[in-house]
Amino acid sequence: MKVLAAMSGGVDSAVAAARAVDAGHDVTGVHLALSRNPQSYRSGARGCCTLEDSRDARRAADVLGIPFYIWDLAERFHADVVEDFVSEYAAGRTPNPCVRCNERIKFAAVLDRALALGFDAVCTGHYARLIDGPHGRELHRAVDPEKDQSYVLGVLTAEQLAHAMFPLGGSLKTEVRAEAAARGLAVADKPDSHDICFIADGDTSGFLNRVLGPRPGTVVDEDGTVLARHEASYAYTIGQRRGLRLDRPAPDGKPRYVLSIEPVSRTVTVGPRERLRVGALEGTSPRWCGQRPTGPLECRVQIRAHGETFAARARLSDDDVLHVELIEPAIGVAPGQSVVLYDDTRVVGSATISRTHPVAAAARS
Amino acid sequence: MNDVSNSPGARADASRAGDVTYLDHAATTPMLPEAIAAMTEQLPRWGNASSLHASGRAARRVVEESRETIAQALGARPSEVVFTGGGTEADNLAVKGLYWARQASGRERRRVLASAIEHHAVLDAVTWLGSHAGAQVEWLPVDELGRVDVERARDAIERDPDSIAFITVMWANNEVGTVQPVRKLARIAARHGIPFHSDAVQAVGQLPVDFATSGVDAMTISGHKIGGPIGVGALLLRRETTVVPLLHGGGQEREVRSGTLDVPAIAGFAAAVRSATEHRVELAERLTKLREELIRQVRAAVPDAELNGDPEGRLPGNAHFSFPGCEGDSLLLLLDARGIECSTGSACSAGVAEPSHVLIAMGRDEERARGSLRFSLGHTSTSADVDALGEAIGPVVERARRAGLVNAGRAGAAAGRAGVGGAYA
Repeated sequence: MKVLAAMSGGVDSAVAAARAVDAGHDVTGVHLALSRNPQSYRSGARGCCTLEDSRDARRAADVLGIPFYIWDLAERFHADVVEDFVSEYAAGRTPNPCVRCNERIKFAAVLDRALALGFDAVCTGHYARLIDGPHGRELHRAVDPEKDQSYVLGVLTAEQLAHAMFPLGGSLKTEVRAEAAARGLAVADKPDSHDICFIADGDTSGFLNRVLGPRPGTVVDEDGTVLARHEASYAYTIGQRRGLRLDRPAPDGKPRYVLSIEPVSRTVTVGPRERLRVGALEGTSPRWCGQRPTGPLECRVQIRAHGETFAARARLSDDDVLHVELIEPAIGVAPGQSVVLYDDTRVVGSATISRTHPVAAAARS
Repeated sequence: MNDVSNSPGARADASRAGDVTYLDHAATTPMLPEAIAAMTEQLPRWGNASSLHASGRAARRVVEESRETIAQALGARPSEVVFTGGGTEADNLAVKGLYWARQASGRERRRVLASAIEHHAVLDAVTWLGSHAGAQVEWLPVDELGRVDVERARDAIERDPDSIAFITVMWANNEVGTVQPVRKLARIAARHGIPFHSDAVQAVGQLPVDFATSGVDAMTISGHKIGGPIGVGALLLRRETTVVPLLHGGGQEREVRSGTLDVPAIAGFAAAVRSATEHRVELAERLTKLREELIRQVRAAVPDAELNGDPEGRLPGNAHFSFPGCEGDSLLLLLDARGIECSTGSACSAGVAEPSHVLIAMGRDEERARGSLRFSLGHTSTSADVDALGEAIGPVVERARRAGLVNAGRAGAAAGRAGVGGAYA
């Protein structure tokens, strides 16, 4: 097969490309330039869009003896991922930009262009497994539970998965690093990238502040009593406990958590932990890794990256909204995140969480 | 001078050994056998050309003979040859050195006139003078064929000639190949006593270049574009023209360029200059024929391909096309996969190809600038190379167009969805 290997400059994508070469594919490496103003050097372990990363990717491609190009996707990334990230926060939700990047950049813009140029597949260093099952290609969790990235790939459709290649899904990260060293790849001991690649210093609320400016409002309890004023509603996330800076302690002396963020009035509502218990949720833009389900599904759901799973029942309504009833309640579910449905290790599908229902309210509905 | 975005590692590609069609001689060209012989003859010898003992004298003799060879081949005096570490250094020495020298001459002369289509070695050095040394930079415009407009240049000069530090216009453009009216411009500059520099890196070996009769005061030449080694070049500098050095040290090269001279590289460079100028007429004739055939075949395969640059007054080995609806880097990738090596001709910034400043200066829009390729022929080029391109270019453009359409459609959708504006840090 003619394979386009997306190479970030990190150890995972380099080993993934190497394995694609070993498997006998005709591999071409591509580094995606996603930042409009790339920094020359990495600062710490964060980010993945510096010139140094691009050179590391090129060096790895040279070691593998494969052609290497840089594709400029900065404008697309900005429009499809960064602006989406900002507007989601402005709307009181908590987006996952890695999901958007996989959905719109790596397995859309890049894949489309690759297919048009005559490639058969796009290979990445994601930790997830693709298994050809009786009903077509299935997406499964990686063998390494620490590194599993099936959650951020749950947004991919069967068509996208048909042209994807994840050579690392069966390996542990430690094995991948050892393999990189054995192959003479200089990136073998490069630190993992963390956080959000376009926020190099890791300061999300500082970044949002530069873009959105102040969005002041009040912090209230569930009765509407004003407890404090805040400068920016986007600095809060559902389930947040630290940094609330409330004037008065709760009457019962227990810690309070962010329960909801209302973006128009910019009201942040706080309350006790048990009020974070979610019994049901709804998701929009459902995606199915295989067949669209026809009836209710018994499954487990994951509602945040690297989070635990919960037993659930899911069904699609006629207006294509996914209704998920959580058999075990979940704590602190943030709209904007993905809900990914699993059947054991297999990803069934996903949706973007649009609403949540506290346990009590769910019981009423 | 590095004006290509290709990975050098491609040479090591196991899948690509043999069967390569090299159409990127303007980036660098294979060394001539006589240059390899002259260079390898010197490699086992040693001696610092500044030393007084026998070893030093032997080295100095090679350097001075090389200097004389180059001077004679290019119509200069030996004392006018200042060896450098390549074309980029010679350009920087001329641009910054002339500017600083003119500031030190007792009168403030802040204006710098440079053509808008200079190689980045000049372009960026001039821009740096503007941002760091108080220069007032004026870019001389070009017409749609990429020729500097002599009348507008004359107007700019004669508006206030005493305020001009120096003028720089390349001999022939490295991207689109257009030959510039250097003699005319140098004459105007000379009338007002303004130093005139020309980057002749692409011209030597393809066009008649004579330093003395050209009227220019400083001229950049490079080794590896004419079959010499990489890493050596020279600034031809009139004896009465002063430049402030970039490199201070041992005072070599008229105290203009300190540093121990690279004897083997200089010997190889001189052999290449001699050979390239001796065989220039026949090579130019052969390359012109090949280039015309290349243009014919590309147009036959891709009827809407647009030739950029001057159809007549261009470098014999240069053909530069825009392919509407294509991304240059898609074309490059697809041609590379078929063993055909060429270039988008534009420099790389941040590893991402920027639309060529040359095409933009010629009035092309950004889209056309992005969908362009430079094919450059040299002394090893054959009609088989041209035929290989002629065979590949049709299907490659067709495929690149499909890829271009995919992305254009998507980009539109993305723009429509964009919700939040504003500048991000």
